[in-house]
Amino acid sequence: MKPSRDDHETPPTLPEPTRAARAASTPEFAAARQWRSLSELADDGSFLEEVSQAVSGVRGAIHGLDDASRRKFMTVMGASFALAGVAGCSVQPAELIIPYVEQPEDIVPGKAMFFATAAVVGGDGVGLLVESHMGRPTKIEGNPTHPASLGATDALAQAEMLTLYDPDRSQIVIHEGRADTWERFLAFAVDLRARKLANKGKGFRILTQTVTSPALADQLNRLLETMPEAKWHSYEPVTRDAARRGAELAFGEPLEPVPHFDKADVVVSLDADFLSWGPGRIHHARAFADRRSPDVESAAETTMNRLYVIEPTPTITGAMADHRLPLAARDVSQAARALAKALEVEGATDADANRLAGHEAWFSTLAADLKAHRGKSLVIVGEGQPAEVHALAHAINAALGNIGETITLAPPIAAGPTDQLGSLVELARDIEAGEVDALLVLGANPVYDSPVDLNLAEALNRERMTLVHLGLYDDETAALANWHVPEAHFLEAWGDVRAFDGTVAIQQPLIAPLYDGRTAGEIVATLLGQVGLPSREIVREYWSGRLPAETFEKTWNQALRDGVIPDPAADEAAPKSFGEPKLDQVTWSDAPAEELEIVFRPDPTLWDGRYANNGWLQELPKTITTLTWGNAALVSPALAARLGLKNDQVIELSYRDAVVEAPVWITPGQAENSVTVHLGHGRTRAGRVGDGVGFNAYALRRSDAPWFDDGLTVSPTNGRVRLAVTQHHHDMAERALVRSGTLEQYRETPDFAQEEERSPHYNMSLHPDPPVPQSEDYAWGMAIDLNRCIGCNACTIACQAENNIPVVGKDEVLNSREMHWIRVDRYYEGGDQANPGTVFQPVPCMHCEKAPCELVCPVEATLHSDEGLNEMIYNRCVGTRYCGNNCPYKVRRFNWLPYTSDTPPSLKPLNNPDVTVRSRGVMEKCTYCVQRINEARIEAKMAGRKVGGDEVVTACQGVCPTRAIVFGNLLDPESAVSKARQSPRHYALLASLGTRPRTTYMARLNNPNPDAPPAEASAENTVEPRHG
Amino acid sequence: MPQVFHPSANTLSRVVLFSLVMGPAALLGLIYLLVRSPYQTQVGVVREQPVQFSHEHHVNGLGIDCRFCHTSVETSASAGMPPTHTCMTCHSQIWSDSPMLEPVRASLRNDEPLAWSRVHDLPDFVFFHHGVHVQKGVGCVECHGRVDLMPLAFREKPLTMEWCLDCHRDPEPRLRPKEDVFAMDWVPPADSELARASEPVPMNHVEVGQLTNCSICHR
Repeated sequence: MKPSRDDHETPPTLPEPTRAARAASTPEFAAARQWRSLSELADDGSFLEEVSQAVSGVRGAIHGLDDASRRKFMTVMGASFALAGVAGCSVQPAELIIPYVEQPEDIVPGKAMFFATAAVVGGDGVGLLVESHMGRPTKIEGNPTHPASLGATDALAQAEMLTLYDPDRSQIVIHEGRADTWERFLAFAVDLRARKLANKGKGFRILTQTVTSPALADQLNRLLETMPEAKWHSYEPVTRDAARRGAELAFGEPLEPVPHFDKADVVVSLDADFLSWGPGRIHHARAFADRRSPDVESAAETTMNRLYVIEPTPTITGAMADHRLPLAARDVSQAARALAKALEVEGATDADANRLAGHEAWFSTLAADLKAHRGKSLVIVGEGQPAEVHALAHAINAALGNIGETITLAPPIAAGPTDQLGSLVELARDIEAGEVDALLVLGANPVYDSPVDLNLAEALNRERMTLVHLGLYDDETAALANWHVPEAHFLEAWGDVRAFDGTVAIQQPLIAPLYDGRTAGEIVATLLGQVGLPSREIVREYWSGRLPAETFEKTWNQALRDGVIPDPAADEAAPKSFGEPKLDQVTWSDAPAEELEIVFRPDPTLWDGRYANNGWLQELPKTITTLTWGNAALVSPALAARLGLKNDQVIELSYRDAVVEAPVWITPGQAENSVTVHLGHGRTRAGRVGDGVGFNAYALRRSDAPWFDDGLTVSPTNGRVRLAVTQHHHDMAERALVRSGTLEQYRETPDFAQEEERSPHYNMSLHPDPPVPQSEDYAWGMAIDLNRCIGCNACTIACQAENNIPVVGKDEVLNSREMHWIRVDRYYEGGDQANPGTVFQPVPCMHCEKAPCELVCPVEATLHSDEGLNEMIYNRCVGTRYCGNNCPYKVRRFNWLPYTSDTPPSLKPLNNPDVTVRSRGVMEKCTYCVQRINEARIEAKMAGRKVGGDEVVTACQGVCPTRAIVFGNLLDPESAVSKARQSPRHYALLASLGTRPRTTYMARLNNPNPDAPPAEASAENTVEPRHG
Repeated sequence: MPQVFHPSANTLSRVVLFSLVMGPAALLGLIYLLVRSPYQTQVGVVREQPVQFSHEHHVNGLGIDCRFCHTSVETSASAGMPPTHTCMTCHSQIWSDSPMLEPVRASLRNDEPLAWSRVHDLPDFVFFHHGVHVQKGVGCVECHGRVDLMPLAFREKPLTMEWCLDCHRDPEPRLRPKEDVFAMDWVPPADSELARASEPVPMNHVEVGQLTNCSICHR
């Protein structure tokens, strides 16, 4: 058979839109065509045909056939009816093999390689190991040698892989709305440098995000030396200003508090969501969870830490609390003062008793518990609380002798202004005053995410000022910029970044820039006169100046291998004594509380909005609300009852002179008079995925009240927005899905969770024993420790990345057709809507030994292996969905639409080559990462040994910050999973069904204070709000 | 009353009844033949390649080992295709101006890879690992046939699931000592026929039962 000629003539090159964009960016092309704007360019057929194909592809892939009419549906289906069965007889399409011209030495085709690098969110570096298949990065893992990762990552770092390949990323240099070239930009930058050197940098400003890169900070400082009148501003919407300012109030220096959860027996969180927010959160989550492992010793002697959380809005940290008090954000300072007073902290002032009415017993118990744990307790304050509360917490910690024990203070890891919001306000004032004539924005997007009162969108859009923007996306700020330069993704470029404890990781590229992106360092190098200096040289140059020259090459190579570089500056920055914290600078305003307050929070999945175009994160259910594709105004059940609000109802949020319409989500555990809105939504230029999803809460945010404020008014409207939540019920319908108890209960009856297993029905089953023989070597199983699960959802995204799971879009989620193979269920405990207990339960496939799904499949597309895997054979599946209907755990997912067939070219390299890409009409589900099991088994077979009990690491297990998931061989008594199954807390989900799941759970324990007064909750056993 | 049916209707009805039964059967048989025919399995189909590379000449004639070009066949899932550089290690010296090798020289000159047509192509939902088969003593010949006798490469085995399973259900007859995996003309020593049939399995640690798990190939 002759291959078609196209196969030979189309070399494997860039995706079509990219090539077109590249062609468009060459000067000859630009000159010949004379475009006035990109939209005009977009009207041209030949260019746009290619792009629109990609667009429809993305739409198809990302949104499903969301705009499909019935007729279109019938056309599509008609075609597939006609072709049904024929597909099996068709000759396979011809395929090409493209070998290298010169094969790189280390590359073995078919074998993945791992490279160390680091992700950065808000200046917080997390070390990574990135899997690369022949030069194509596909999956991110944590770097075990990096202190901020310890082998795990969060969901955001996992999703960076999708951002790398995002076809909506900015692809060309844009000058005054027209495509231009990097060379022409360089000419402009060189000219700018000359002009600014001449006037010492007067009128020149640089705006960055939080900079923790030592090399970039050094570059910027050198630039400021050559241009003394220029200024470096830095702004991050989710800023740590308050923590630094609080330390300044207390110690006279802007220090960063670093908590040490491993040493703390009692932890008090004052509105601090330390498990999902703030530098080092993965490290802290691990340290925290390690103190909640009751199985280390015998049940009777076991100990756990105790967590008290005071917060206005439910967070995953609050869900882990042993005692949680919902309190308006404005009253948290009162709580801190009451606590300080009770602990007799020097300089403490009386709190307003009315604001804490009804909770006196709560605070006295807490104070007593803290007093009993001097030097072993920890009071931490969230970034959303004002500096005064941080200062007071330092005083409390000092009074309890915790400073130097459970909390240390270190100089900020970020370079640049320590008061970021103040720095942005200053910039906005100077622009307003006409003192700025050139502004270089490196990576930030202030037009979207700055406080609304600064009115930056208007301020930046002026004739006299040149605005230069470097960004991953052609975003809201880029739209106003005179020059926009596409930024290189961190997986495409060299760099370095500090972690929360000062450790520096070198970022190395996994792939050449897909869209000709540049780093901030390369732009600054140009302004330093080092035109065109590549990012690798910038980083190397900096570190070669800091490390001993004779061993530099060795150190450098070692750093690239390990992902961590020794930093001589770290010793200088080591924590020293800062004296006793003083409270004389702390003043409190005791304004009476108004009725409602608004609380701003970064979005749990989109963060400050930078991930808005990431379909994985848009579709990732936010753990507490299980909301996808959008945000909502979170209101308490009591407030909803008072105002007559219902879920999905649109309300008008009026705050000062701004009004925003937002749908309501009634959230148990929300402080009664607080309304929480999540930042990061309502983007207008995020890209095709993120545009217009949700509402923009920045429209309400003011620079004098970045996190909460009084004075909100809520007016209900008749509008309704269907919110795409994935968990429609909040209770367990009297089935013990999540079993939990207290530490005391555990000491008395360690196997309290196994009541169901002890019932005589447990092992009775109508299902026949599996006909397949059982392997003598392997029996795979998984155990999930609910006591360690913090509900961070990283497992869901890791699984999505590893297993080529498609994004389906909001409409499909509303149809309950989300595709995640592992979901994190959230259940409320107790009858108190105002403050329920919250428990999380990750649910992957149970791989039942007597699997109900297997019995009903008419085509044997799901079968058992002799190693105990419930296997799904896609090529046999005809899509009856009987298996999904018969699954008691609802873990099977069906491809209702061709989610993958129209994948745009630039997203195809994202697919894991070890996993089949499923087509429409096929059932799929968790496979226990069978590709990883197979890889380990093949490696073992080739080496003539057996697979180790803990050798296989599933994607969800690898990413888990707290190591809640263990996986391995049940036939190996030494494997972690075998040991976990010996725990008295061990139980199986819906064990009474006789399915004998291979995935099992360990019950959740709380450690409430035995001296605590009984909850003063309203005793009425309320019905939880139900969806739809 | 005249006859309603002509006598020939008897025959016709018999034919109709016969074809009602046999027609679908024949159709199924035809489909079966088609599916198993070289039209579907591509057995014996020679594909056009950028260079008419002869395994017969290089392997049989010159005695080059399989692993000289397919370097990762012993360790990786992919056997590996030689980079242009490998061709040019010899062909920069011999036949260095042969017009037949112009695409190879052009590839090196322009830094553009050669694009070979895949001969042994498994469906995308099947995952095959060369390394483990080689390590367990499956000779190249078992799947690829006598490549050393092929002037132009073609598929000798059908690569159907049935064909794969034949061996996965009963690997013994197709295994050989590991050192003979790359020998194209290896024949089992006649005197130890019985020993050969039983020995390689324990010797190479093949766990037969597990080989028919679906996830061994499908994931």
